Amino acid sequence: MDPRLPRMLKDAALTVLVAAALGIFIVGFRTVDVGSRTGLSFDYHFVDLGVALIVIFFGRLGLSLAATGLRWPAIALGIAMIAAGASPMKLPSGFLHWFVTLGGVLLVIRAIWPWADQAIVAAARTPTGRVIDQIGTRWLGWLLLGLAIVMPFTPFADQKTMDLGVLILTYVMLGWGLNIVVGLAGLLDLGYVAFYAVGAYTYALLSTQHGLGFWVVLPLAGMLAASFGVLLGFPVLRLRGDYLAIVTLGFGEIIRLVILNWFDLTNGPAGIGSIPGPTLFGAVFAETAPPGKQTVSEMLGIPFHGIHRLIFLYYIILLLALITNIFTQRMRRLPVGRAWEALREDETACKALGINPTNTKLTAFAVGAMFAGFAGSYFAAKQRFISPESFTFIESAIILAIVVLGGMGSQIGVVLAAVLLIGLPEWFRDLGNYRMLAFGIAMVLIMVFRPRGLIGHREPSIRLHPVAPHPVKSGGSG
Amino acid sequence: MNGTAPLIEVEHLTMRFGGLIAVDDVSFIGRPQEITAIIGPNGAGKTTVFNCITGFYRPTVGRLLMRGDRDYLLERMLGHEIGQRARVARTFQNIRLFPAMTVLENLLVAQHNKLMLASGYSVFGLLGLKRYRAAEEAAIALARAWLERIDLVAAADRPAGELPYGAQRRLEIARAMCTEPRLLCLDEPAAGLNPRESAELNQLLVSIRDRDGIGVLLIEHDMSVVMNISNHVVVLDYGRKIAEGAPAEIQRDPAVIRAYLGTDDEAIDG
Repeated sequence: MDPRLPRMLKDAALTVLVAAALGIFIVGFRTVDVGSRTGLSFDYHFVDLGVALIVIFFGRLGLSLAATGLRWPAIALGIAMIAAGASPMKLPSGFLHWFVTLGGVLLVIRAIWPWADQAIVAAARTPTGRVIDQIGTRWLGWLLLGLAIVMPFTPFADQKTMDLGVLILTYVMLGWGLNIVVGLAGLLDLGYVAFYAVGAYTYALLSTQHGLGFWVVLPLAGMLAASFGVLLGFPVLRLRGDYLAIVTLGFGEIIRLVILNWFDLTNGPAGIGSIPGPTLFGAVFAETAPPGKQTVSEMLGIPFHGIHRLIFLYYIILLLALITNIFTQRMRRLPVGRAWEALREDETACKALGINPTNTKLTAFAVGAMFAGFAGSYFAAKQRFISPESFTFIESAIILAIVVLGGMGSQIGVVLAAVLLIGLPEWFRDLGNYRMLAFGIAMVLIMVFRPRGLIGHREPSIRLHPVAPHPVKSGGSG
Repeated sequence: MNGTAPLIEVEHLTMRFGGLIAVDDVSFIGRPQEITAIIGPNGAGKTTVFNCITGFYRPTVGRLLMRGDRDYLLERMLGHEIGQRARVARTFQNIRLFPAMTVLENLLVAQHNKLMLASGYSVFGLLGLKRYRAAEEAAIALARAWLERIDLVAAADRPAGELPYGAQRRLEIARAMCTEPRLLCLDEPAAGLNPRESAELNQLLVSIRDRDGIGVLLIEHDMSVVMNISNHVVVLDYGRKIAEGAPAEIQRDPAVIRAYLGTDDEAIDG
């Protein structure tokens, strides 16, 4: 027997004690309304609490074992927990099965992680590993782009998958837009959704009240959102770090509250409905065309199908997202882009070099806001109904999480993070409310294993010496 | 003192922080093609003088006249305008590079205003016009020339934060020089350097003075640097100017010796 075992047992018991003290009120009992006469009574869940405490005891013990290098016992414990969770034994709720299994999985991952880590590092050093690594960094983007382009024509492109694709791409675009502000210029913006809302309401109002089409309003919405960015930016960009974050947070809420309360213009909490969707060369996506218009199926001579509209929407957002990406990549190689990054690194040094910090920040803010405006106007056209509820703080938080978890400033990282953070919760919809738990766990795992984000590597905007194994790319202006 | 026209005239500069007088009625002149050293014990107000000249502080009293394509009154200008228009560049006591950006990128950021104009405030640049390409190539050529002078060509594509300390010091000077200044203010450039690096720095500063023909203001504690390369020395103590002159005179000046060695007053006065 290992001499450290008593200490570990004691530690696990202590953890259980703390968990019990906290859990008895949260899990242990629940008040139930039993009718008018008696009022409230208690509903006891001590079995749930007991199971949870057992899992916590063995989980903590397993973690200590893994941490002291006793990996095999930890793995055995983890597998036992998975088996217990998957077994048909009768537990009071289905979630407890998930809980036990999840605990076991995490324990096994923790136990084998040092090996996996070594294996990954060793594999990356072999020649094949290097080649894969290079393919990864060089071609991953193109690979994903290819996948995104052919996706609607693959057999699994049903309604649900296409919807999910559109949703993920919207967040990719928003992530790329915010990446300019947060990732490149280093300005923590917690109210990004405000510009998204400005774009959405611009299209909704101009289309329903003035009959303007999507393609006309799109640039207008971008410009309007950008002006809002400048308007907000002027007074607040003197602030740094946390202060700026608070003010942008406030701005996001103000815009939402104005929309909510300016009943005459925005129809308040009831929102704006029957917003026309985007057209393809003037043709609409509908079974029957409104007077004076043509449907797309008539124009192309194909039978009507609801999925056509979805495919069209998918390609629009793909295009918009790509424009955002190409624009950002180009800006990064221009003096403004470099000044943004320099500002993120050291504002004082920038001033000493004669760079106007306020103007530089304003451009970052305005450009970021412009893309949010585009995305917002697309959102309104896609949903056909918008209300202030779509523009709450949680949206800003999710977009920011995508940027931070993706690796600040990394374009491909944003895509991976969007797939992970938006895609996973949608796929795990069957888990019900617990999918937010999965969301949280995914975030914690990323932060534990990749503290600088999924892609923490920064590619220089320009090189004096071409990269050794590959010949120089043309157009690199070097 | 020789006869060339002054480049910067600091007149009656006073900087007060609440009750503390950090700089008290200091006047001196910096000339082109000369290295003017500002020395003094810790807390004498040297860096405060620099912060006033480069616009990080607004002086309480005083006039800072910088000559160039026209006369600039630095005390009335915003921080970044001093670099952009009056062409005063500076380095910092604690190095302030852009650590995550590469060495070359650091030198290109220094040429921001020139490139910004050439890129038509990004419009031409986004369109990929020739005019911007040419300007960028010229900027890279200037950066490369400076990398050769500070011996960092091979490290051009490495993040600046990964460089060894001495190289970071040299890079910061090169970055300041890439703004094509008329006056370069160096805040303790030799701090933390070993004797060999310090000697190399002397050569670099002399070449900046003689080849590039600009004026240099230098704050330094390392007396070997000050005495070897400076043309003119200004000594501050407790915010006041206590002596001024050629390095050899300063070395013999009793007030300077007193300030540095803390000899008691009677020994000198008596």
